[in-house]
Amino acid sequence: MSTAEKFIAAAYLVVLAAVLLYVVIYAFKIARLEREVAELAELARRRRAA
Amino acid sequence: MTYFADVVTLARKDLLLELRSRDTVPAMVLFVIAALVVFSFSVPADVEERASYGLLWIGLVFTALLGLTRAFAAEREQRVLDGLVLAPCDRSAIWLGKGIAVVAFLLLAEAVALPAFHLFFEPVGWELVAGVLLADVGLASVGALLAAMAAASRTRELLLPLLFLPLVIPVVVGGVGASLAEDPGRYLAFLGLYDAVFAILSWATFEYVVTE
Amino acid sequence: MWLAAAAATLLVAGLGLALFWIPEVEGDPAFPIFYLHVPVALTAYACFGWAAWKALRLLWTREGSYDLESYTAVHMGVIFAILTLVTGSIWAKYTWGQWWVWSSRQLVLFLVLFLFYSAYFMLRYSVEPGPRRANMAAVYALFGIVLLPVSFLAIRLAEDVIHPPPVVVTREGPQITDELMLVFVVCLAGMLALAAALYTNELAGKRLDGRLRELRESLQ
Repeated sequence: MSTAEKFIAAAYLVVLAAVLLYVVIYAFKIARLEREVAELAELARRRRAA
Repeated sequence: MTYFADVVTLARKDLLLELRSRDTVPAMVLFVIAALVVFSFSVPADVEERASYGLLWIGLVFTALLGLTRAFAAEREQRVLDGLVLAPCDRSAIWLGKGIAVVAFLLLAEAVALPAFHLFFEPVGWELVAGVLLADVGLASVGALLAAMAAASRTRELLLPLLFLPLVIPVVVGGVGASLAEDPGRYLAFLGLYDAVFAILSWATFEYVVTE
Repeated sequence: MWLAAAAATLLVAGLGLALFWIPEVEGDPAFPIFYLHVPVALTAYACFGWAAWKALRLLWTREGSYDLESYTAVHMGVIFAILTLVTGSIWAKYTWGQWWVWSSRQLVLFLVLFLFYSAYFMLRYSVEPGPRRANMAAVYALFGIVLLPVSFLAIRLAEDVIHPPPVVVTREGPQITDELMLVFVVCLAGMLALAAALYTNELAGKRLDGRLRELRESLQ
């Protein structure tokens, strides 16, 4: 690979990495939101039962 | 005409307060001199003398910051700002009054700093003075608004430099350019543009910064 | 989300074309980086512009919902600004041999903007949530968009005295043929679509957060 190609690849990879990082962070966020919804559903069920 | 009466009243209030307490302006003057002295020790001997102009501008920006940090301090401590906002005056009059006071403080500090600079460092020409005058307007306009924002925050004095410095980079460019370039007119015109744009923007949006 | 799909197709197509289809540019074999760097930069501007628009709507209508939209747009803008700085830096390393050059207007402008909008987050974190914070953030976002052209002008003026361009004559851009333009437009569209997709996602996530918090408060 010529030097130029290495740099081009680096730039493209950086952007790709950033997008993938975002996706990963988002996956964690969604997991947390799901947990919260489950907690709140539990709370609501207990409230209704009481 | 009551708008300008309000502005004058507010500006007079700040100036009178300063005249009686004498805490901000002497501090600013001492600060800018001290900063210049520190700068004189911080650059190596082989650096061009013209670099000192840049140091002067850094000193001025930080002196402005010092003055601005105190700008709304009195209001905040006495909870006066809420009272002012409730008063039936146009909120932007608060900004204008405060801005005028800050310009006055800066002028007083510069009246000492510029001759000192002329004595210790490099000659001060008319372009530098014009640049400083124009820069004062810009720094005070933007600073008065940002100081109001910082006063409402939890971190206050810490926040103001973070908000202020990126916004005044163009002022530094204009000022240093006016001091150094062969054609200072372009830089002075640019400072004028900065002043016009940001003064109008600050004036128009100040109301939103102090109200819900 | 069809937006994400559009983003994906456009980007892959555009970047693929940039890498394989267009002819090499004389004297600048690393030119394809521009198909990444310039769209990313323009997208960052677009995000900040969008944030300023939402901020203006907030101040105009006093509708609190615009605050979240403005905030998310600034967030996206900062992400793309960082990417602009990184890709620009990579190109600078290739062309000038250094990771940073003060003579690059684009890079310096983005550094200033990055500083400015980072302070936006500091502002938000230091003020109690509420209409006051929304107002202040909106005003700050407006200052940002005004700062953009003013800074650019300042940086250009600074070139004469403070950051002169390197003695080597700056490389002439390649002839912008129709093909090059087409690929560029595709890449730009793809990048904008990507920003829009990320923005919508982020906004939905934040809104969900808010509603869950309300729900929690009403249940406890």
